[in-house]
Amino acid sequence: MDSLDALKSKYLTAVIGANDETALEELRVAAVGKKGEVSLKMRELGKMTPEERKTAGPALNALKDEINSALAAKKAALADAALNERLQSEWIDVSLAGRPKRVGSIHPISQVIDEIVAIYASLGFSVAEGTQIETDYYNFDALNIPAEHPARQEHDTFYMHREEGDERAPHVLRTQTSAAQIHYMEKHGAPCRIICPGRVYRADYDQTHTPMFHQYEGLCLDKGISMANLKWTLEEFCRSFFNNPNIELRFRASHFPFTEPSAEVDIRCTWDNGQLKIGEGDDWMEILGSGMVHPKVLAAGGVDPDEYQGFAFGMGIDRLAMLKYGIPDLRAFFDSDLRWLRHYGFSALNMPNLQGGV
Amino acid sequence: MKFTLSWLKRHLETDAPLEDILYALTDMGLEVEEVVNPLDTLAAFTIGYVKHAEKHPDADKLRVCKVDTDEGELQIICGAPNAREGIHVVVAKPGVYVPGLDITIGVGKIRGVESYGMMASEKEMELSDEHDGIIELSGAPKVGSKFVDYLAEHRPDAIDPMIEIAITPNRPDALGVRGIARDLAARGLGVMKPCEIEPVTGTFKSDIDVVIDADTRDGCPVFTGRLVKGVKNGPSPAWLQTWLKAIGLRPISFLVDVTNFFAYDQNRPLHVFDADKLVGSLRVHRAKGGEKLTALDDGEYTLDAGMIAISDDRGAQSIAGIMGGLDTGCSDETVNVFVESAFWDRIDIAIAGRKLKINSDARYRFERGIDPEFTPKGLDHAVRMILDHAGGEASEMVVTGNVPNTTRSYKLDTDRVKSLVGMEISAENQVKYLTDLGFKIDGDQAFPPSWRPDVQGSADLVEEVARIASLANLQGVPLPKLSDGIPTPILSPMQKRESTARRAMAALGYNECVTYSFIDSASAELFGGGSDAVRISNPISSDMSHMRPSLFAGLLKAAARNQARGIMDMALFEVGTVFHGGEPKDGELLAAGLLIGHTNARDPHGARRMVDTFDAKADAEAVLSAIGAPEKLMVTRPAKEWWHPGRSGKLCLGPKNVLCAFGELHPKVIEAMGVKGPVVGFAIHLENPPLPRAKSATRPALKTSDLQAVDRDFAFVVDSDVEALTLLNAAKGADKGLIVEASVFDVFEGAKAVAQMGEGKKSIAVTIKIQPKDKTLKDKDIEAIADKVVDKVTKATGGVLRG
Repeated sequence: MDSLDALKSKYLTAVIGANDETALEELRVAAVGKKGEVSLKMRELGKMTPEERKTAGPALNALKDEINSALAAKKAALADAALNERLQSEWIDVSLAGRPKRVGSIHPISQVIDEIVAIYASLGFSVAEGTQIETDYYNFDALNIPAEHPARQEHDTFYMHREEGDERAPHVLRTQTSAAQIHYMEKHGAPCRIICPGRVYRADYDQTHTPMFHQYEGLCLDKGISMANLKWTLEEFCRSFFNNPNIELRFRASHFPFTEPSAEVDIRCTWDNGQLKIGEGDDWMEILGSGMVHPKVLAAGGVDPDEYQGFAFGMGIDRLAMLKYGIPDLRAFFDSDLRWLRHYGFSALNMPNLQGGV
Repeated sequence: MKFTLSWLKRHLETDAPLEDILYALTDMGLEVEEVVNPLDTLAAFTIGYVKHAEKHPDADKLRVCKVDTDEGELQIICGAPNAREGIHVVVAKPGVYVPGLDITIGVGKIRGVESYGMMASEKEMELSDEHDGIIELSGAPKVGSKFVDYLAEHRPDAIDPMIEIAITPNRPDALGVRGIARDLAARGLGVMKPCEIEPVTGTFKSDIDVVIDADTRDGCPVFTGRLVKGVKNGPSPAWLQTWLKAIGLRPISFLVDVTNFFAYDQNRPLHVFDADKLVGSLRVHRAKGGEKLTALDDGEYTLDAGMIAISDDRGAQSIAGIMGGLDTGCSDETVNVFVESAFWDRIDIAIAGRKLKINSDARYRFERGIDPEFTPKGLDHAVRMILDHAGGEASEMVVTGNVPNTTRSYKLDTDRVKSLVGMEISAENQVKYLTDLGFKIDGDQAFPPSWRPDVQGSADLVEEVARIASLANLQGVPLPKLSDGIPTPILSPMQKRESTARRAMAALGYNECVTYSFIDSASAELFGGGSDAVRISNPISSDMSHMRPSLFAGLLKAAARNQARGIMDMALFEVGTVFHGGEPKDGELLAAGLLIGHTNARDPHGARRMVDTFDAKADAEAVLSAIGAPEKLMVTRPAKEWWHPGRSGKLCLGPKNVLCAFGELHPKVIEAMGVKGPVVGFAIHLENPPLPRAKSATRPALKTSDLQAVDRDFAFVVDSDVEALTLLNAAKGADKGLIVEASVFDVFEGAKAVAQMGEGKKSIAVTIKIQPKDKTLKDKDIEAIADKVVDKVTKATGGVLRG
């Protein structure tokens, strides 16, 4: 048995000392190959007595297994070492920028419109569309703003060119989205709940006015709709839009030709250190105009004012975007400065919805 | 509309604090725009006494004064000539804001001597224009007391708050202070004072008569006047001058000031003629057109036919209801004055005023609507004031025409406030509010007062009641739910498509722009627009004169601005309406994208390259796919003239339905727009792809084959103008059942290709995928298909298999 121990010691030492796969293979052949020392010893088992074989057999098998295991372990270790060496050589500078991808953005106006639509959809308002070039009738007369009424002059209207011989009143660029009310009523009648977001135009350009801006109109008609419903609707909208349950609105009497009674609506706010905060404080800031749809406007839309009543309102979309996202200058909305678009824009996948919050 | 608190108190008996009055005004719809209250601006000024004054050691005109103040003795350097010992002065200590100088006083050193405040002049406190010296107070006021208290006692006018309110077009009555007072009284902030005058008795018949032409009676239902003889014109009494100045009007002469006073006091515009300058009587008539007149603003005006003029025997002397003539106006020398109080139709005035571009207080009031019944009364209010202050003798009243009868009534349904507004206001209170506003209530009928032309129906009564009661008290009530279940979808397929297109483009890396809908004519013309049909007749500038025919014009301008800022690589897009004509129906919704410069900034990976037509085409196809456009589209050419003729095309569904144009924009267009190109892009006609017909959400079953598909590659030598799509279509057509895909994977063209294959030739390499259906294909089956492909391609393109 001493010879087996010597054999074991010899080969295990050699395996540890082997430096590459070739040396390992030579050792394997020499030890456990067909003519290897261990294999030769095993052949001798046949010549032994059964008693001798009982002890020598297992001992030889154990020796063979042990040498095989050592060979396998050493082979794995050598492979690991080789891989490690290769990987070391494959070092790259991962501080380099990733492969460039263009990143797009959604304009704040589009984002805010989607937010508005999501909120009103939950109250059953659908989205109506008007046209931006509008007839004098739909922009004014049907909204109870007769010709030569001072209310018309307050609109700073853009008029479209009229060919000589065409006796129709010139078309206008819509001064408000309210014109869409009439189109919708004519087509669908009452009851109805719609909002109409879009571009509107006024001939005015200074620090806080651009000749084009965005507005959305709301219209809700049914039996028994009151100004109290209007207040609730607007308050709910503002609380959801600004994500602030404490928002309070205040109604003030005013005048719009298309509503009666009419109210301007203020939102509670503070101007601490020039920083506007909505939903707290003792100041009030005007945010929209609203009222109960004038019976003449209902009639112009083909809705019986004795049967249906309801509210309408108009709110500036650009203004909402400025208030919510702290965008300082209206004019920059239409300048397409890429630095601005990237800073104030939104990810394409950030589609507003109520479950995630607008 | 401006007025002062004391002017208000001419009509309203009230002790209400100013703040309450301001709140009520805004709350009732008379929105306060500005308040100038000297009590606030001058609150910090105190009274001092100059104990000692001596010449400044280093300045001849400065004096070093020791002044007793509420904070003890202060040293103040003063340059006023009247700064001397023994006078009571007004002191602004360090920290006090001086409105007339727009500075806050600090401690300073003037030529080496310290000064702890200033002594103020009237101008510095905006009390008057007086600036010859500092104020000297008489009556030995208490040192250290507040200057405003002194003013309250000695010069109450000086601390009279000025209030400016915005007037909505429905409230002409609030263009008179009395109308404003009436609202406040109805709100409970005071009691209306009577406005009675000692009756005017005419002692003679006026020399000047008035006739109204038959065709002008609609424009001038009534004209009243009195001739006042022997007046002494001159400066107005101080109170009148103060009030007019307080609201920004310049006192001119008493007779003129009287007319201005009543315009603001009771919304009653008047005119005064110097009777001695009139020849014959007055005739109210419609102009024939061409009549010339120099008005009181020194402007020369030519009347259009139909405008109403007041003429004497010589010609037009006044533009009715808008502005009087200079020749017959009153001056300091006027002795005999003819006072006019007339009622003009508001539309006549509005049209004439707009055409003549005259913005006068009279026009402003007449076109909104004055109180017709006050026409003769207003005349006598003015004549009474003239007689009282300027003397003279009044004629009998000249009255031509009749005061129009505006009597009308509407049903007062007191339940309507609850149902329309949602506020509980008792019937008694409703009646009280309306009565206080001048309405007469008779049973269930409410008769609006003659000064409220805006009240035209029952809804107006509700508005009046709610306004006076205050909408601030309104409590929200939830909007009834439309259904008990989950809300149904509300967007139309087109609305969803617009939103999808927008988000698809942003996802492709484009930045969304919102550009103006109007552009300059030159830019519009580059894109097929700029005609008169889309011209704005009153543009705000020549840069914004025409409705845009294309989104590219605005986007290219945006690109030019960004390039000017040093940003050379960009991807911009816009979704919006373009205008093919001037009618409402002529708008079309487009989605357009632009790519300029490189695909990305310089990078270490070598990914950067110039953008090209195929970037634009791929993005266009991605957007079309996102919005559900059909997969198989024709590629046609040419595109419109603003595209590069060789590097552009259209994606069409049939020959007429263009879904999209794409390619490189014409270099001339790019240059004209001031952009450094090349620029590639695409424009998708969002309304053109058909909307999906299927209502069901179910998709067709997915068919997959377990049999291995086979790819085969071919290279064809074709003429260089052969289009790849022709070749692919031919290849696919070779076996429509088994060939499921065909695509180009290489194009070999240019000089090397010519060298190999001959002049005018190129090579197109295509791969086809053959998908066996029910059995594995044998080599000979595949060869047969390949032969058919070669055959078809040769027939379609004249190409041959490359050897």
